[in-house]
Amino acid sequence: MTALAALIRRDIRIALRVGGGALIGVLFFLTVVVLMPFAVGPDLALLTRLGPAILWLGALLASLLTLDRLFMADHEDGSLDLIVMGRVPLELACAGKALAHWLAAGLPLVVATPVLGLLLNLDLLATAAVALTLLAGTPALTFTGMIGAALAVTLHRGGLLLAVLVLPLSIPVLIFGVAASEAAIAGPLSFGAPFSILCALSLVSFVVGPFAAAASLRHGLD
Amino acid sequence: MKLSDLANPTRFLSLTGRLLPYLAAATAIVLLIGLYLSATAPDDYQQGATVKIMFIHVPNAWLSMFVWAVMSAAALGTLVWRHPLADVAAKAAAPIGASFTFLALVTGSLWGRPMWGTYWEWDARLTSVLILFLMYLGLMALWRAVEDPSRAARAAAVLTLVGALNLPIIKFSVDWWNTLHQPASVFRMGGSTLDRAFLIPLLVMAVGFTLLFVTLHLAAMRNEILRRRVRALQMMQARASASELGPASPASQPA
Amino acid sequence: MSFGPYASFIVTSYLAAALVVVLLIAWIALDYRSQKRRLRELEDSGVSRRSGRSATDIK
Repeated sequence: MTALAALIRRDIRIALRVGGGALIGVLFFLTVVVLMPFAVGPDLALLTRLGPAILWLGALLASLLTLDRLFMADHEDGSLDLIVMGRVPLELACAGKALAHWLAAGLPLVVATPVLGLLLNLDLLATAAVALTLLAGTPALTFTGMIGAALAVTLHRGGLLLAVLVLPLSIPVLIFGVAASEAAIAGPLSFGAPFSILCALSLVSFVVGPFAAAASLRHGLD
Repeated sequence: MKLSDLANPTRFLSLTGRLLPYLAAATAIVLLIGLYLSATAPDDYQQGATVKIMFIHVPNAWLSMFVWAVMSAAALGTLVWRHPLADVAAKAAAPIGASFTFLALVTGSLWGRPMWGTYWEWDARLTSVLILFLMYLGLMALWRAVEDPSRAARAAAVLTLVGALNLPIIKFSVDWWNTLHQPASVFRMGGSTLDRAFLIPLLVMAVGFTLLFVTLHLAAMRNEILRRRVRALQMMQARASASELGPASPASQPA
Repeated sequence: MSFGPYASFIVTSYLAAALVVVLLIAWIALDYRSQKRRLRELEDSGVSRRSGRSATDIK
């Protein structure tokens, strides 16, 4: 257990220090959201309506881009081989790495959401709803994306291939994330139903993600 | 590759070599009967003659899912038993499955134009088939991204199984999303109320297309085995010429 | 046999299916031929499989 905690602490420290790149994800998120009004026009009413969708798409793309480094850096300096051979079960180690990655790269996105909501003319309730759905949904993005990251590291390919493989798998999270935020703002539906499905998707990804990533690493790194 | 592993592909090649002509003939006969039955099927009182599109749309849609199931079974064979024939089966199935999925999309869109008045409706079924098509293309991109076939096979196997787990979830979410956004006027086919006059041609066509898939899949698997033999022989040739010329010779250095 | 006002859609979808199936068959047949030819060329140039059997002999 202490080995796992050490792994998580090490990963967070690497991600946050100089050259770690976790905070660049937040900057990317900010840039994407700022770009949107230039594409659709500075109409505040329209931006309010599209707000949750824009925030969710931005968070989805930002978390996808930072995933590239999840295993790659460890593979380059050899510590990934140590993790694979180590006494901590690989599934647990993968889960730990994903948790650390989410804490360093996913949580800042949630924290940045209120500021960006202000830019998109979202009121307090809407901003809170989007932040809450992102809090529940981004772990699912990280844990399913980890499968793609593990495949990418065993194939020595990243970037576009990873995006093409992972994005279709994240459609359910996007659907229920946006639906829950919109339900909280205006929709006829209650907030509870889509939100609890979103939480369920996150829970499923906690199980499937580490096992699939561990299987991919175990079969791929030989 | 070990000798014992080669034994099975060789037996597979000789067995399928004998089987394929019969399978092809059976496919042709069943498809011809199906085409005749669908040509003589009566018009639907609601949709008119466009119901005939169903006879190729539904078999292709069924195959788009069936092929993924076949690839998932092959993926288990790859990951659990590391059987080279399973790798071959998974790789050969992907482009064929993508073709059938593409056909399901095209015929669905051509069916939708007279029924809905537009080529593309964000209908739940069409949308989930579209996502399935994207996943097929991603899988094919993965196969093409890596040169070493067994390494690619293991990565593709993980992705196939994750996709198989995810497909029901995607289907469910798209259905849910669709009922949320659906304009009420869209035409729906009553699945259970399908008349016998349509059911029999549909079933014959479904059997015919499934036979077609089996035939094409076996033939593509044979090609894949031959491709691997070519690769193995080329590597032996390269090794032999390298050792003949000696390691010091600059001519033998690979570019 | 009349297809009603939407004949072009019906004919197009059947033609599309036929085209894709023919393309698949052609691709597989051409691929088979080219693999066989490469195997034969390799064997003619003196490379033999470790099992000693001929790679093209699959009947």
